[in-house]
Amino acid sequence: MNAPRVPGDAGADDGPVIRTEGLTKRFGRIVAVDGVDLQVPAGSRFGLLGPNGSGKTTMVRMLLGLVHATSGTAQVLGEPMPRAAASVLPRVGALVEGPAAWPGLPGRSNLRMLDAAGTRGGLLVRPGARRRRVEEALEQVGLAGVDRRPVRAYSLGMRQRLGIAAALLRRPPLLILDEPTNGLDPRGIGEIRRLLVSLNAGGTTVVLSSHLLSEVEALCTRIGLMDAGRLVLTEDMDVLRAPTGRVIVHTPDPDAAARLLGGVVEERAGTTVTVRADDPAGLNAHLVSRGVAVTGLEVERRTLEQVVLQRSGSGADRFDPARNGRSRAADDDRSGPSTERIVR
Amino acid sequence: MIGVELALMLRRRRVWMCWALLCALPALVAVLVSATGLAPPPGRGAAFLSAVTTNGQIFPAAALALVLPVFLPITVAVVAGDTVAGEASTGMLRYLLVRPVGRLRMLFAKLVSVAAFVLLAVAFVTVTSYVVGIAAFGFGGTTTSGGTAAVTGFGAVPSLSGPVIEPVDLLTRTLLTVGYLGLCMLTLGAIGIFFSTLTDSPLAAALGVLAVVVTSASLQPLEAAGAVEQFLPTAHWLAWIDLFRDPILYTAVDRGALVQLGWILVAFGAAWANLATKDVTS
Repeated sequence: MNAPRVPGDAGADDGPVIRTEGLTKRFGRIVAVDGVDLQVPAGSRFGLLGPNGSGKTTMVRMLLGLVHATSGTAQVLGEPMPRAAASVLPRVGALVEGPAAWPGLPGRSNLRMLDAAGTRGGLLVRPGARRRRVEEALEQVGLAGVDRRPVRAYSLGMRQRLGIAAALLRRPPLLILDEPTNGLDPRGIGEIRRLLVSLNAGGTTVVLSSHLLSEVEALCTRIGLMDAGRLVLTEDMDVLRAPTGRVIVHTPDPDAAARLLGGVVEERAGTTVTVRADDPAGLNAHLVSRGVAVTGLEVERRTLEQVVLQRSGSGADRFDPARNGRSRAADDDRSGPSTERIVR
Repeated sequence: MIGVELALMLRRRRVWMCWALLCALPALVAVLVSATGLAPPPGRGAAFLSAVTTNGQIFPAAALALVLPVFLPITVAVVAGDTVAGEASTGMLRYLLVRPVGRLRMLFAKLVSVAAFVLLAVAFVTVTSYVVGIAAFGFGGTTTSGGTAAVTGFGAVPSLSGPVIEPVDLLTRTLLTVGYLGLCMLTLGAIGIFFSTLTDSPLAAALGVLAVVVTSASLQPLEAAGAVEQFLPTAHWLAWIDLFRDPILYTAVDRGALVQLGWILVAFGAAWANLATKDVTS
């Protein structure tokens, strides 16, 4: 079913598929996106992260030509947007701020109409090829056997799958998906994740915009982190998730372990002792040989969540009482007890 | 995109409801008039209605005169107001634009589909009321109330000026009427499309169109508005009645058609100017 996609016909082999320079969007007095220089390498699975209201969706809308930039430039698949929209967009599959469909039509008809809408000649041209495209897309998202009921009667998960199918219709070399697993159950999330990975293996560049860190962590090879309209971090996941140089030791006797290890102990909490050490195997042998039982040992890595919380403020959907004349507490309450922070 | 728009329109239940209701109102009037035999006297009530009891074939004209002032504009407002705002409110606007469908192409397809809706509406009303008229009133000369006993037989209809209109002639006049009224309603359609680009609410756009109709209709009899009277969108709606005179008086219809075309161009241009520069955030 997943025939390998043809990579490269979009110049995907060389250079970034998305490149923005100083991309800025103001809505009245609000700066939604502020001078963003973003590059998405071809063939990557790129996660665009950020708190609610950090400008992710406006970024995506500008890349797709839905919203006109106030200043700055954007290139998608090597061509300027929105000027080259007519030649760029047929090669981009998109899911923007949730799926949408004509509610009175069944899913199949929806895809057929949508497919025909973007084709010169419309519904009458090559209906057979259209039917095949639609069936293939439905199969990819697990809706191949869907019945004739109108989309109005679909569940949230079915709508989401239909939205992804619509994005996949033309086998685009670039997918831009906003919260693609929204409304899906864990099994559905796994299916879509595997689908995206297999498409990516076939050469499709996948850009994922999400505030679900676990989603991005599980799927992406590179992330861009947005905060208050600015791109504050772009990094490969491998680098972010590299070991921190510390080892977490689980032991029933933390006192003995701490005494034995002395100066390299950096943190203690309950039955765990966090130690600065380069060689976890040696550390284990050392502890055991001195009679300290070790029930578990792990190399500490930063989670994406820690990185994100460290580098971004609270979301724009949070409004704290005015302090020092500012209505929104930005950076100062990042560590406050009321923020949605989970310390691992 | 035009084919898709037409297909989508034809699959909308609301559209068929509009058509059904448009055809039902004249049928209701026909049943009442024929059951009671109480046609309004000439010069009162809707145009042509006084004549229908003598010949059912004139009933399409009476039916059009019945639905024209309020009913037809409402359906056009509903359908045209839904064009862009409806897509925006379901979220399909963004998916159509990234498919991609060019913004001008989309608007043009919307205009074509509204035109198709309007023409079909007028045509359906004409055809159904022809059938209903004959069923209720016969071909003329068979009723006892009328004085024009000379007018009998299939297709022969008295014109407003007296002489009889022959079948082929009646057909051309009816087609001209359908086209002219279609054009008048397309003016509202184009205005509706423009309003529809201004808002994400189909209801607001439809009410905007009705506001235009009401404003225009209230200014029309006002002497103080005499300078602009000719250019009001509703000013020439009744000019088609001249098509049933003998010989046909084209002056009012011509001028009316020009004014309607002007409105369509202006409204469609405004819709395009607005949508082309708009940030689509729906």
